[in-house]
Amino acid sequence: MSLGLFFFLAVLAALSALGVIAQRNPVHCLLALAVNLLDIGVMFVGLGAVTVGFLQIIIYVGAIMVLFLFVIWLLNLQAEGFSGYLGLKLFGAIGAAALAAEFATLFLHTSRISTPGASALTQGTITTLGRHLFSDYLVAFEITSLLLLAAVVGAIGLARRPPLSAGLSAAAGSDLATAESPRQMSRSMSVSAEQQTTTPRAGSA
Amino acid sequence: MLIELVIGAIKAIVIVLLVLGLSGVLLWFERKGAALIQDRIGANRAAVFGWGRRLGLPNLGLVNTLLADPLKLFTKEDFVPDGADHFLHGLAPFLALFPILIAFAVVPVGDTLRVAQRNVNLQAAHVDVAALYLLAVIGIGVYGLALGGWASNNRWSLLGGIRASAQMISYELALGLAFLAVVVTYGTLDLQEICRLQGGVWFGWLPRWGILVQPVSFLLLLTAGMAESKRVPFDVPEAESELVAGYFTEYSGGKQAVFMITDFAEVVLVAVLVTLFFFGGWQVPWLYADGFHFPGPHGVFLPLPNYVVAILQIVAFWLKTVFFCCFQILVRWTLPRFRYDQLMQFGWKGLLPVGVLNLILTAFVVVIAGAHY
Repeated sequence: MSLGLFFFLAVLAALSALGVIAQRNPVHCLLALAVNLLDIGVMFVGLGAVTVGFLQIIIYVGAIMVLFLFVIWLLNLQAEGFSGYLGLKLFGAIGAAALAAEFATLFLHTSRISTPGASALTQGTITTLGRHLFSDYLVAFEITSLLLLAAVVGAIGLARRPPLSAGLSAAAGSDLATAESPRQMSRSMSVSAEQQTTTPRAGSA
Repeated sequence: MLIELVIGAIKAIVIVLLVLGLSGVLLWFERKGAALIQDRIGANRAAVFGWGRRLGLPNLGLVNTLLADPLKLFTKEDFVPDGADHFLHGLAPFLALFPILIAFAVVPVGDTLRVAQRNVNLQAAHVDVAALYLLAVIGIGVYGLALGGWASNNRWSLLGGIRASAQMISYELALGLAFLAVVVTYGTLDLQEICRLQGGVWFGWLPRWGILVQPVSFLLLLTAGMAESKRVPFDVPEAESELVAGYFTEYSGGKQAVFMITDFAEVVLVAVLVTLFFFGGWQVPWLYADGFHFPGPHGVFLPLPNYVVAILQIVAFWLKTVFFCCFQILVRWTLPRFRYDQLMQFGWKGLLPVGVLNLILTAFVVVIAGAHY
């Protein structure tokens, strides 16, 4: 990736991250976050981690952010005014100062902008990634997949209707009005959110 | 360096113009074809100074759909409803169209063409992991519809937007599983490589097209793809009897035209994917890099120069694509619309398990039997 492109993406990432916290309307904040994640994905691709970059876009931008959008709509979040307690602001100021100090040290100790080596550019292909996942990190990979499976099963268990009303709602379930009641929709959305997160596992398998 | 840039730019512009042009022609085919199926005459009013009538030609409605309607749409008032989010309302149609158009960047329309000692790969952008790129780009396409529905400040629009995004992320799973089975079969994510692998013959005469190996995946991809493009029978996001027009209820003029073109560009994209993965892409039966090798006891060989081969491949690719576009439009006038809960059940309880089973079976055959495409 050329330096100019990198700077463009870096500035865009910083601006969109600012947009997430500086805007009042939750939908605008979410869009800024989606732009940020997309930008990071493109940066991954540009730096040679092609598979990770595209997976980031598929999972975060294409699925998780859309579900966030649902949550914002279903909770009917509106643009918020100025608020906050003095204590929170104090904590925020301390955190910001710590972060600024960390960045300052980082900048002072970085001598120059380095370009990624040739080895880094070949490490990100899907072949190398798959080989590493299924040989060096096999145990960690399998444990992660088990964890995701447990999360899926748990989500389905939580979203299941209580058995008492099962007969009643099954009769009414075909009705369009009930199928679109917000409560039920948010349930089915949470299920699909969990199942969406399992796609990378299937992807690398 | 400069010449590479120029070649790349030409390829990119040509494919985008081809897709937009094909979308327009499909719009004509949909209107006139619907009229034919429903025993109506259809669009037949507008003409350019009555030239065609004076020559005694039948009015096919080409002027109506390809000239008069776009002109009308782009000169109409661009109305933004009261209380709408102006910025997002204006951005949404383009946010919907843009991802679909950039998806065509990785589509190979032919093998290499030799021009002046230079091998030109007939693909706008060569990406190693093109299948992943396609999934990523299709995933981004949700935002335009969802935001269009939300920014309009209208109940019908919002319901349409919610339905559209729920439907698209549900059917994306089935689409992804169909992709994965294809990728496992061919052993590559590179679309150009997938097309090349489908060259040659089985048993001396049968073209090695993917449909013969992955018929289930073909049905999955076609069904999920049609659901992604929100066509009948999957058009609940814009169900006119329930939601007026769904997420684009509050759009008029040029922006509405952009949404409409998006729909048809998606139809083209689905047709292109089906062609690439299952019908040999740009492969012409028995045509190799040096010419035709016809099957038969005597094995007739017809040598052809490189440019003729390239042209034949491009023509074959677009013919297959147009065939599947027309197929999708015929489906629209054949099947009734799903109910919303049926749609969700079909996606999650029908297509998804079939896709998982197909993927497991494919992986089993590839790994255990060591079968290579």
